[in-house]
Amino acid sequence: MSEEGKILLQIEHMKKSFDGVEILKDISLSVREGEVVSIIGPSGSGKSTLLRCATMLETMDGGTLSYLSEKAAYEENGRCVYAPKAKLKEIHKNFGLVFQNFNLFPHYSVMKNITDAPVVVDKVPKKEAEERARKLLAQLGLSDKADAYPCQLSGGQQQRVSIARALALQPKILFFDEPTSALDPELTGEVLKVIKELAREHMTMIIVTHEMQFARELSDRIIFMEQGIIQAEGTPEEIFHCENDRVREFIGKFQS
Amino acid sequence: MTLSTILLQLMKGMGVTAEIFFLTLLFSLPLGLLVAFGRMSKNGIIRTVSKIYISVLRGTPLMLQLIVVYFAPFYVFHLKVGNYRFPAIIIAFALNYAAYFAEIYRAGIESMPVGQYEAARVLGYSRLQTFVRIILPQVIKRILPPVTNETITLVKDTSLAFVLAQAEMFTMAKQIAAKETSIMPLMIAGVFYYLFNLIVATVMERIEKSLNYYK
Repeated sequence: MSEEGKILLQIEHMKKSFDGVEILKDISLSVREGEVVSIIGPSGSGKSTLLRCATMLETMDGGTLSYLSEKAAYEENGRCVYAPKAKLKEIHKNFGLVFQNFNLFPHYSVMKNITDAPVVVDKVPKKEAEERARKLLAQLGLSDKADAYPCQLSGGQQQRVSIARALALQPKILFFDEPTSALDPELTGEVLKVIKELAREHMTMIIVTHEMQFARELSDRIIFMEQGIIQAEGTPEEIFHCENDRVREFIGKFQS
Repeated sequence: MTLSTILLQLMKGMGVTAEIFFLTLLFSLPLGLLVAFGRMSKNGIIRTVSKIYISVLRGTPLMLQLIVVYFAPFYVFHLKVGNYRFPAIIIAFALNYAAYFAEIYRAGIESMPVGQYEAARVLGYSRLQTFVRIILPQVIKRILPPVTNETITLVKDTSLAFVLAQAEMFTMAKQIAAKETSIMPLMIAGVFYYLFNLIVATVMERIEKSLNYYK
């Protein structure tokens, strides 16, 4: 674990309810540069909600969210306040998100899926964006798919394209929301391989996953969530040999 | 009257019919999008007004709307507007078709998976960029079949302009038929409408095919 890396993401006392049901009860979490953090836990434990609040797809009800010490949301007089739009736009550039069901743009070619946001949002010259995209595609083993459309690709290829799309904006931290849950075991392998390569390059990543073995091999830290709180947190060895009954029971189900 | 004069007269009427058709599309397609936005607005007043607009314009006869639009300036406001016939027709048609198009747009927009919006948002697109670059192109593909339907109906509906004695094809055909005591001009008009719609359907099919490169 790179203890010296600066803190990229800091979440303090994050709370979120939907229709009066508390999904996140009091989540505090900080992630340093170069760290790979996996979040595991049963369905409905709030893992995805945590990711969606951290990426600002959902607004949180309370607590603090900051990227590189810049506060995106904080509490003021007991209410959660978000930073002004312009500042949020800057903060947004820090992170990328890979979805469970890819959410590629079907009317754009693979190349355009990857280059459109850099060109339109970040005003990167088109040539440069395409250069960047080609490098990413080569790195992810998709060089021959630049002109294909998402519907012509397998699920694994689509997910790799969506990883390339997120990386093209050069985020400092990349979130994955169950990136392989929509894939069969074979395709899962090719996506996990790509994520492992990113880890080797010290990409900072937060991964919500049900792939226990993968989380164990790859993570610097594993977080076990249940009922909206972090029940246990530690290195893979600590979590896999945890004394906590619930953690043991949960992990045991995957190892049998 | 010889057959060639009849044809010539009908062709002239056809020109006016085509004018009504294209001008109606030109105004009602964007207006429909605006109404669709109103219909989906977070603002309750805008939403209600749009809803009433759609309800009334779809719920009353187009022929009646034509007459109201044409005569309202005089009967309601006591205004004398010179040569208002053609503009009145275009206004009534555009208002009426916008209501139908609005519902088609709305259906298309609401059918878009939320994941497309979320992906665009995480990538940093603004709301306008998301709509123009990501949502609208996909919505157009989805709504093309119902839009084709409306467009074909519009070709035939242009004949309603006869209530304001506009010299479009149907009015011409009826006049000539009465004068010549022959059903022939009406039959020819029918063929012309059919051919017009054949072209419309073919063009729309081409556009649909050109968007078939993705699913």
